[in-house]
Amino acid sequence: MLLYTVKRLGLAILIVCLAMLMLLSAIHMVPGDPAGIALGPRATPEMREEFRALMGLDRPFFVQYFKFLANVMAGDLGVDVWSKRPVSTMIGEQLPHTIALALVGLGWAILLGIPMGCFSAVHRNSPLDKLTAILSVGCIAIPSFIVSLYALLLFAVELRWFPAIGAGEAGDLEDQFVHLVLPGLAVGLGWVGYLARFVRTSMLEVMGENHIRMARAYGLPTRRITYIYALKLAILPTVALLGVGVGSLISGAVFAEIIFARPGVGKMVVDAVNTRNYPIVMGGVLVTTMLFALSTLISDLVAAWLDPRIRQSL
Amino acid sequence: MAGVTASDAGTPIRRESRLSWLWQLLGDPLGAFGLFLVLVVVVSAAFADVLAPYDYKALDVKARLGAPSWDHLLGTDNLGRDTFSRILHGGQIALYVALVSIGASLMLGLILGMLAGYGPRWLDNFLMWIFDSVRSFPVIMFALAVITVVGPSLETIIFVVIATTTPGYARIARASTLATKNTEFILAERSLGAGVWRIMFSHLVPNIVQPLLILCSMDIPVVITIEAGLSFLGLGVKPPTPSWGSILNDGFGFIRNTPWLVVAGGIPLIVTTLGFTFLGEALRDVLDPKLKKDR
Repeated sequence: MLLYTVKRLGLAILIVCLAMLMLLSAIHMVPGDPAGIALGPRATPEMREEFRALMGLDRPFFVQYFKFLANVMAGDLGVDVWSKRPVSTMIGEQLPHTIALALVGLGWAILLGIPMGCFSAVHRNSPLDKLTAILSVGCIAIPSFIVSLYALLLFAVELRWFPAIGAGEAGDLEDQFVHLVLPGLAVGLGWVGYLARFVRTSMLEVMGENHIRMARAYGLPTRRITYIYALKLAILPTVALLGVGVGSLISGAVFAEIIFARPGVGKMVVDAVNTRNYPIVMGGVLVTTMLFALSTLISDLVAAWLDPRIRQSL
Repeated sequence: MAGVTASDAGTPIRRESRLSWLWQLLGDPLGAFGLFLVLVVVVSAAFADVLAPYDYKALDVKARLGAPSWDHLLGTDNLGRDTFSRILHGGQIALYVALVSIGASLMLGLILGMLAGYGPRWLDNFLMWIFDSVRSFPVIMFALAVITVVGPSLETIIFVVIATTTPGYARIARASTLATKNTEFILAERSLGAGVWRIMFSHLVPNIVQPLLILCSMDIPVVITIEAGLSFLGLGVKPPTPSWGSILNDGFGFIRNTPWLVVAGGIPLIVTTLGFTFLGEALRDVLDPKLKKDR
């Protein structure tokens, strides 16, 4: 387990280093002045000079890379080209909104998806199981931004049940939660499908195992076997999967943030892409990639801890 | 039954089994429904020029933001362009991006995956590390970083999709290559003096390509979603080229007063993603029953 942890941690660090290499080399790959490419046509010569000095663009590439690496490790992601504010501060302000949205989305997906999967596994091949299967595939297939748009249209514009834009008053928890309902619904819907399918498969696997058959032979009630003995085992790989869910929802939240005009890292990055503010894009992409790498790392470690077979695979 | 016929290997039996997957597919209600939706999308995109009642670029400012009517089945947008005609042409863009980028990913992934599986150990480790790293990038964030540098365009989207989907194909191709490369018929071929390239392209490819084709059918809706999503953010195809995403983007600005633009723009995306997903699932169950158990 220790060896696996070290190897997996090494892979995660390598991945983040490679991500930084790609982000930095992107502005060098396109022909032309890297500072001009990073800052766009509206940048003044002074701004380009400043960016050049900040990134050390006149020095050899690997020196730039290690400077960038050292800066990131010290928590310095550069400054916003236009407002001159540190990018790390800006991300720090936006990140809680994005994480809250991802957690609410995943939260309701857990509450609905896991029971759906259990139900399907218990009533295997019944009409309701087939209906659940179709519903899960549908949830996974439909793009989340369509769900966001339709939810906005139906529940905010037509029915006026929920607020359409913003994140709610700062400090007013109830208001903030009400503002999270529709975006959370939209980002979580796909995961309802994923979880339902995943839980169904692992439940069916567990139900076929010897100790469950044994319990059945002893005449224990089906309900007790299903929800106490089988679910306890079947839920473990799902717990490992949830890490991936948080990581992918943090970047997947971008559409919901744009559509519901919510603050968040995704919205910040998209706005920066439109104004060609590369330091913000770079910082935002790097932080979300790191969070993604971290959450997949945690879920892989949990999975390996639960299932020793996985430890051999790396 | 299948085991008995397979043991008397002969051409007529093989031909029968080749066609039978189509009947099995049509026998699965969801598969047949998926196939039907896909055909609707493909035919309407292919014949968009004939089917579209108006020129998709034609402006008619007097009729702007019109509600659905007999003249304009799905209404008009903020520049008075016919939404139905734009949706039909948008299908061409969606399918073009999906086919070009998935075709390229398939080829690239097949070659890289076979190299990793058949080549030396260090190459395998190196390629696997690259694949793992690329897969650990969140796709949308990767796309945004690339777009900032090279600017939004159809080619940028295709590049992003190829870069992010190739590792999936390569991993499957690698796993199948590893499973196949020490089988008896490959060893026999090698002992007869066949070269590496001959073994890879004449003997390995036909044996490992099937799971890749299943992955293709599952990836098409994902790619169409990426294209539409980026175009919705205004970072995809340039106007006046119609994309389902840009139709939604136009409609989003007027969502309070003219909701039908958003409603109409979303329907083709729902139909397409559902169609391809149902078809892909059914195809997987028919072609590769082993995968069904794993999922």
